Amino acid sequence: MLKQMEGSRAVAEAVGLCRPEVICAYPISPQTHIVEGLSELVKEGRIDNCEFINVESEFAALSVAIGSSAAGARSYTATASQGLLYMAEAVYNASGLGLPIVMTIGNRALGAPINIWNDHSDAMSMRDSGWIQLFAESNQEAVDLHIQAFRLAEEISCPVMVNMDGFILTHAYERIDMPRQEQVDAFLPPFEPIQMLDPARPVSIGAMVGPEVYAEVRYLAHYKHLQALERIPVIAEEFQARFGRASGGLIRPYRTEGAELIVLALGSVNGAIKDVVDQMRADGHKVGSITVCSFRPFPLDALRQLLQGVRRIVVVEKNLSLGIGGILANNVRMSLRGLEQPVFTVIAGLGGRPITMHGLQECFTKALAGTLEELHFLDLDWEIIRRELHHARSERRSGPVAENMLKLRLQGRSDV
Amino acid sequence: MSDENAPEQKVKFYQKGTYTVGNRLVNVRQRSVQASMDRSNSLTCGHRACQGCGEALGARYAIDAAMRATNNQLIAINATGCLEVFTTPYPETSWQIPWMHSLFGNAAAVAAGVAAAMRVKGLKQVRTIAQGGDGGTMDIGFGCLSGMFERNDDVLYICYDNEAYMNTGVQRSSATPVAARTATTPAMGANPGNSFNSGKNLPLIAMAHNIPYVATASVAALHDLEAKVTRAMSLHGARYLHIHVPCPLGWGSAPHDTIQVARLAIKSGLFPLIEAEHGMVTATVPIRQPVPVTDYLKLQKRFAHLLRGGEENARKLAAIQTIADNNIKRFNLVRKEAPRV
Repeated sequence: MLKQMEGSRAVAEAVGLCRPEVICAYPISPQTHIVEGLSELVKEGRIDNCEFINVESEFAALSVAIGSSAAGARSYTATASQGLLYMAEAVYNASGLGLPIVMTIGNRALGAPINIWNDHSDAMSMRDSGWIQLFAESNQEAVDLHIQAFRLAEEISCPVMVNMDGFILTHAYERIDMPRQEQVDAFLPPFEPIQMLDPARPVSIGAMVGPEVYAEVRYLAHYKHLQALERIPVIAEEFQARFGRASGGLIRPYRTEGAELIVLALGSVNGAIKDVVDQMRADGHKVGSITVCSFRPFPLDALRQLLQGVRRIVVVEKNLSLGIGGILANNVRMSLRGLEQPVFTVIAGLGGRPITMHGLQECFTKALAGTLEELHFLDLDWEIIRRELHHARSERRSGPVAENMLKLRLQGRSDV
Repeated sequence: MSDENAPEQKVKFYQKGTYTVGNRLVNVRQRSVQASMDRSNSLTCGHRACQGCGEALGARYAIDAAMRATNNQLIAINATGCLEVFTTPYPETSWQIPWMHSLFGNAAAVAAGVAAAMRVKGLKQVRTIAQGGDGGTMDIGFGCLSGMFERNDDVLYICYDNEAYMNTGVQRSSATPVAARTATTPAMGANPGNSFNSGKNLPLIAMAHNIPYVATASVAALHDLEAKVTRAMSLHGARYLHIHVPCPLGWGSAPHDTIQVARLAIKSGLFPLIEAEHGMVTATVPIRQPVPVTDYLKLQKRFAHLLRGGEENARKLAAIQTIADNNIKRFNLVRKEAPRV
């Protein structure tokens, strides 16, 4: 059914269609509307037989989900940014225990400086946690990925994070094709845990494991991700067959035939990138793009097949590994190991900085011309950086950096 | 309780011939009440607790009592700590019940999740307990515990209080008594041991949440402990049981003195045995013959520096005696009625 609705509300309804049994909620922007929506759905009785638990922290939110999932209940929570960091210990624990929890991340920057706007720093901080990490390009895909996420998580007993860009997706109103309950029921069977806490069959879960087999246990977690690489495309295909639209999968190429330049990115920025690709194709440039939907597991082979022989590869990413560059770009380089193809990184949209089509097109044009730096910061105000560096060099106690930058920015404006 | 026809457990050679409480391998007539086959022995032999461990004893009695009270329909969640480590060194486990360890600070939240799962699955008969040491309960797990209390989740949380971080090698926790020596409050300098005017009283904090049941118990009063667990399991909602469990290693007491030390903590007034429902004290265990706190302190090397004489030590001992006296006053522990200890 087609509806005009907010991304968060759409995700809440999609999660509801998955018949969750325990939902744990702790508020943090920009994820709040999702759990608010779910609390309404549970209170109204539109989600049948579900416990909605308001907890006292994100650490508790995921911990409650760990308990309920281990006891055999389909469990869901959502968070963002600092919340994801605060629950970090439980994030690793949930995957270590192989609990198929699904969690939405309304992607947001990390402090300090505190910033509530979108980038992917939060998700990247958990990239080695053992969770499957899927990134939604649109609100429709966010809806669809949640339905696929429960299926995937429960098939391989591994938790799944569905990432959707904070505000850009969570707060955007778009047309959503909301699946019907019977469609979801046919796609997503009831949760059958591979092990659970049950007085009839007592087991000890979470025992201490020493050097004798810890490495083997970790390898098996790695093996799950290799399994996921196979299952994600299959589940996406089945989803398309049942629901009549393509969503999810490992990667989605766009106009890559004969491309001299291919741009890669995670999440909603792919919409703008595709528009720029269309414009540049119209101008006769051989440009294409790839939406990376599954960041963990990372589709090394699928990317290598598409990228092999492409002259220019640009990764647009909303994170910064300080002193090194982009995390996605490093993973893309890994897919091209042994090949001499340079990968250019464009760091963009940090802390919610708008990514304009104009800025992207300029980068891609430079990349085609061979003049783009290997690590490029999109729309960086070099003037205030220069002034602050000068200020800090000249005065030991030069004050808090973030506040100084804001001051300089405002002064710059008043100068105009 | 011992039954002539009681089946013997499969022989494990290291148990044969010992007179350990609960040994079912000795002659039927020699078996103690705890060896009754009615007892679930949820925490079985073969764990790796130290000799004289109060926590192992407390846990076994508490869990067995909870098993009896729930007709064996019990799930236990364990915080990281001694109890977790000594019972489940992979691939062995001493637990005969569904048991899970997740993290140090989240046992109360994980248990809340289990209880929620049981509600949605309609398994009302399956009950949930969470257990941890004083560090996992009062310090790192305090947020999750308070959350579980205020939501009134259907969980019995049991804290085995041995008054420091024993698993990591005896470091101070917020349950460490004043003046006690630990690895991070060494008996050195002008103010040896743990500082005065520190620590917190978790049973009282639990009571402040107005939860259905709060109690303190001790391994020196096992029938009282079992009765409290039974009472707790007869109620629903958030319940808290705080069990005093001496740690010979951390306290510097003799392993064979564990019960004696625990008993002196009660008799001196330093560890009052109380019960409270919905924030109101409903019962206390009276002290028949109060003893001075020094009787308790002198059995433990962690207080040895206090007992070397001098004015300063005398002042400190008086301050500790005042703590005990205030407990006795607050809970009216010395009174004329039939004593239970």
